[in-house]
Amino acid sequence: MRVIERLVVAMEKPLKEAVWDCRMCGQCILHSTGLSCPMRCPKNLRNGPCGGVRADGNCEVYADKRCVWVEAWEGSRRLPVFKDHILHLQKPMDWQLEGTSSWVNLVSGRDQVAPKGWESHGES
Amino acid sequence: MASPSRLAGLLREGRFVVTAELSSSNSADPEATWRRAEVLRGSVDAINCTDNTGAHVHMASLAAAHLLVEKGLEPIMQLTVRDRNRLALQADLLGAAALGVRNLVLMSGDDVTVGDHPEARRIYDIDSMQLVEVAATMRDRGTYLSGRKLEQAPSFFIGAVENPFAPPLEFRPLRLQKKVRAGADFIQTQLVFDVPLFARFMSMVRDLGLADKVFIIPSIGIPRSARGAHFMREKVPGLHVPDALVDRLEKTPPARQAEEGIQIAVELVNAVREIPGVAGVHLIGIKWEEGVVQVADAAGLLPRPTLSPLATVGGSR
Repeated sequence: MRVIERLVVAMEKPLKEAVWDCRMCGQCILHSTGLSCPMRCPKNLRNGPCGGVRADGNCEVYADKRCVWVEAWEGSRRLPVFKDHILHLQKPMDWQLEGTSSWVNLVSGRDQVAPKGWESHGES
Repeated sequence: MASPSRLAGLLREGRFVVTAELSSSNSADPEATWRRAEVLRGSVDAINCTDNTGAHVHMASLAAAHLLVEKGLEPIMQLTVRDRNRLALQADLLGAAALGVRNLVLMSGDDVTVGDHPEARRIYDIDSMQLVEVAATMRDRGTYLSGRKLEQAPSFFIGAVENPFAPPLEFRPLRLQKKVRAGADFIQTQLVFDVPLFARFMSMVRDLGLADKVFIIPSIGIPRSARGAHFMREKVPGLHVPDALVDRLEKTPPARQAEEGIQIAVELVNAVREIPGVAGVHLIGIKWEEGVVQVADAAGLLPRPTLSPLATVGGSR
């Protein structure tokens, strides 16, 4: 299993890094964020933009970069499916999964495991 | 258990509330906090204690809030996810409840790079939305995020923030809706200088049916000088200060600029008051509590109401 997972990571990592600047959080929600990786946000926000977004739509921290969530909102409007998944309440990050394969975690259901006290609101 | 939130009681009675921000302290002497807070006594319903505001270190909001409780003033404890992980956040929430703090405002926080320790490691273990849900979980289900049971659940009146002026503008009311679903009882907004844009935001919020589900309290800044307004326009993240406002202050002689700032704030209070769904105002005079009192007075918000005895019965919700 270990070997298979390493092989999957070896495929997933370069591909998703090249296409989405993926940070390998291991619990991918790209379909809920208009294909804009939320882990590129300096505040790692997974539920929407902070209040510091600049008037031109750029990031509070990196003035020359577009806000990840401005891109997420625009991207979500263009998606043919999962459009409203941007409204889902995303559970807290499981930092134990950082660096692991989100594909493997999706298949195994590991990425769906929320803390016991978290109310899912019937969303994923 | 200590008394429930008076702020919640007033809002549920339909009173137009006034809250204000307390300048954060850099003194180990509690008198410094008390001196500033005393200026606000009787002029506001509750007082925000900020959490390392602008990413500059100050006295912990938990400590400041407790100092206010000791003096019979009602605090609103701000807590950011910037400086603490989920363990520390929950520990502070429970500690705050035990120390008599009932009102919270939970937020992401300005980034460390705008503060006085730009080299610091930012935490952001959970986000502000998730922190709202964590506080609601502790209150409503009586457990930590881990699911482990609390011996006694806290009774929080949970606040969150929204910036109606930052892109993506169409997403902002929906993000507010998410916060309400996560458990927010009230919202304090970013400073309102652009009233038409705020009115548009509020109309989208009403269309989503949120005006009946959450109390919305816009923040009103009290500019003390043209320089201050200029600084806010250029340097404060997420703030939208129209040029006309800066011009108006710049055309005013320096000796009269503070007075003009009060006048501007009063006009803004009167304007947002007219917008349906606005439940109160949050007044921010940076290191200027006296300005808050003057604005509350000139806008006809004094005296502050007392809570009817019935409203204090029945807990937090």
